[in-house]
Amino acid sequence: MPASNADTDVEIMNSFTQPSLNSCHISSAMERNQLHRQLANMRKSLFDQGFLDEQFIQLEELQDDANPNFVEEVVTLYYRDSTRLILNIEQALDKSPLDLTKLDSLMHQFKGSSSSIGAKKVKLECTQFKEYCKAANGEGCKRTFLQVKKEYGTLKKKLEAYFQMARQVGPVETACRPK
Amino acid sequence: MSIASSSVSLKSGDGVVGDVFPAGLRVLVVDDDPTCLMILEKMLRNCLYEVTKCNRAEVALLLLRENKNGFDIVISDVHMPDMDGFKLLEHIGLEMDLPVIMMSADDSKNVVMKGVTHGACDYLIKPVRIEALRNIWQHVVRKRKHEWKDFEQSGSVEDGERQQKPPEDADYSSSANEGNWRSAKRRKDEEDEVEDRDDTSSLKKPRVVWSVELHQQFVAAVNQLGIDKAVPKKILELMNVPGLTRENVASHLQKYRLYLRRLSGSGHQGGLNNSFMVNPEAAFGSLNGLDLQALAAAGQLPAHSLATLQAATLGRSTNKSAISMPLADQRNLFSFETSKLRFGDGQQQLLNNSAKQVNLLHGIPTNMDSKQLANLHQSGQPFAGMNMQVNSHGGQSSSILMPMGQPPSRSQIVNESNGNHVSRLQSSAGQPMLSNGIGGGILTRSGVVDNVRGAAYHPVSQGSSMVDFSLSHSADLPYNSFPLGNNSGMSILTSKGLLHQEEANMEMKGSRGLVPSYDIFNELQQPKSQDWGLQNAGLTFDISQQANIQGTLDVPQSVLVQQGFSSSQKTVLNRNSSIGKTMFSAGEESGRLNTSNIGQQLHSFMADNSQRVKTERHTDATGQNGLYSEQFGPDDIISALFKQQEDMRQAENEFGFDGYHLDNLPA
Repeated sequence: MPASNADTDVEIMNSFTQPSLNSCHISSAMERNQLHRQLANMRKSLFDQGFLDEQFIQLEELQDDANPNFVEEVVTLYYRDSTRLILNIEQALDKSPLDLTKLDSLMHQFKGSSSSIGAKKVKLECTQFKEYCKAANGEGCKRTFLQVKKEYGTLKKKLEAYFQMARQVGPVETACRPK
Repeated sequence: MSIASSSVSLKSGDGVVGDVFPAGLRVLVVDDDPTCLMILEKMLRNCLYEVTKCNRAEVALLLLRENKNGFDIVISDVHMPDMDGFKLLEHIGLEMDLPVIMMSADDSKNVVMKGVTHGACDYLIKPVRIEALRNIWQHVVRKRKHEWKDFEQSGSVEDGERQQKPPEDADYSSSANEGNWRSAKRRKDEEDEVEDRDDTSSLKKPRVVWSVELHQQFVAAVNQLGIDKAVPKKILELMNVPGLTRENVASHLQKYRLYLRRLSGSGHQGGLNNSFMVNPEAAFGSLNGLDLQALAAAGQLPAHSLATLQAATLGRSTNKSAISMPLADQRNLFSFETSKLRFGDGQQQLLNNSAKQVNLLHGIPTNMDSKQLANLHQSGQPFAGMNMQVNSHGGQSSSILMPMGQPPSRSQIVNESNGNHVSRLQSSAGQPMLSNGIGGGILTRSGVVDNVRGAAYHPVSQGSSMVDFSLSHSADLPYNSFPLGNNSGMSILTSKGLLHQEEANMEMKGSRGLVPSYDIFNELQQPKSQDWGLQNAGLTFDISQQANIQGTLDVPQSVLVQQGFSSSQKTVLNRNSSIGKTMFSAGEESGRLNTSNIGQQLHSFMADNSQRVKTERHTDATGQNGLYSEQFGPDDIISALFKQQEDMRQAENEFGFDGYHLDNLPA
């Protein structure tokens, strides 16, 4: 999987698309099934390991023929938009003294955004961060923020892989399956 | 989405209410987070709602103001960078009176409580699930029902309008073209509905008509108690009116409070005032005696102002004065007084508000100008209807004109179908009423409302009460100013033919002082831009910009424009002309009415004019009447008014010209 610290998520995501893998290159039904299974496993583990929560399922349920890539689009948008939120928080954390109200507000935004895509672990860390803000624990905030970023990055990679797999599976399905 | 569009088309037939409801419910969702916004939009679309998304509160307000009837419900985030969600909630509640749902990731009790106290009809915790959104339509229905009931109690036509609104609203959200058709249809429907409702609606309650006297009593009681301490129960006691219930008073008080807030909120009034002042005469003319008289009677209107207004209105009103003036005059006129709610007060406020409102009107056009026009058109329909009716009634039309002119602003309001349209108009009309121009509009509204209500204002002497109408309306107006039910009070009125009633009312009011308006009419008849200029001056607040409101009739134009607007939203002018025409037609007719008030002066004049107008008007109801295109500066006025309106955006709501269907000015 391509490193995710390049460009934008979109680009990264897009780079995952490998034309060679789609449609009837995978001719065998068995291979298709295998891919399906792999995708399903990836998905399951994301939930089992607590990276994603119920809200992600809400997104999946919104996906339909009119918006066949809805989930990926939303996640892409999230990662793109949250970049600036993270930046803002980092800048605020660099200030001295810390403006806890502002930090809390910034984190509130980020938390809301993250929760909307079902980023469970990220959300948990955000909550912790806000607790530290309320407790006026600047150090706690900074520490927690590192955790936030860690979870944020981990999820991003996992989702990128997941979507890439989904692309492989998806087109194949539609292309090769008789309608 | 296709779904949305299909739901829209479904609606167009029967409106929202029907088999497809709540499909097509028009939702405005506001959230600064793009991710959340995208998700919400998709969820709402999946619920078959018609979604408009917006990431800034100010933009949302703009959208709402421009498209008063364009939305059924608003969903907004609490934490937004440019404006606090609660502030937005307040604005919406005051101006448009739409149900608002707040959302936040913050579920702490105090925040939720804040939502409740600020009037949110629901509070969703993020992340929002689609299930939570599926039932939001209940808030729309509930609110409408409630408003309708209020109307019922207050004898407002708005209820009828409101009912109309739901279906209409759905319609409005679609194209302007539909608006035309729809407004016509609505008008008709409303008319039918009103009657039906009365008979069949289980919610029907004996209407309480808030006549001028009653309202004055109310205001006196409120003032005595102190606006802050005025509770329905005490007010009821003080008023000591048999048959009046606490609920009646409560809903009226609510409207009144909103009206007051609007009045106090409009800063432009001053500006408008100026412009109005110029036209005060013109406006007065239109206020025609109705308002003026009322105002004068109320003591609110300084005699001098009254005279001016009347003169103004007469001068202008003959043409459109009803509309144009109101705004201008209202502001000026009203500003002079204290904030007594009395009729005069109301008027003042109206004026003040009218400044605001005028803005509404103006603003409406301005804001709306193209869109509004479209909306106007759509909503204008109601107005148009109103105006139209006005015309038909003659005299009355003046008043109606006003609303018509207002429609532009109203349309927004109308569009709002808050049912307040009527009220809006009223309010705006109320204010403008003074100016006649606007007042007219308001009056008409009031008139309409009255009609619906049972002609609270009941035109004293059908023919000549234009003035009275104003006055009575004034009384109403103040009331109307408040968000009467915003539910397209106007529109309903118009559609129902309230206009007629109103017109009658307006006319009936008696020849208060319409005489002056006749002059205006005369002038109007002949494209005398000068008169209009004066009139326009008053009204022009911004309208001039918008349209060449030659006279202050801009407002009226707006109103008329509604009709006309629908056709040419872009060109206020055109509209104005059309509107003016319509207005004129209405006005003319109303002019006739006014004349009756004023005396026979107008009559003769009007007769001539009306005939002219009539023919033209009727034909042009849609604003094609070229009759007064020139004269009608009203367009200009209207545009000017609308401009003002923009400033006064709030005013728009007041106008609530829902029911004004300009197009159907009775021929």
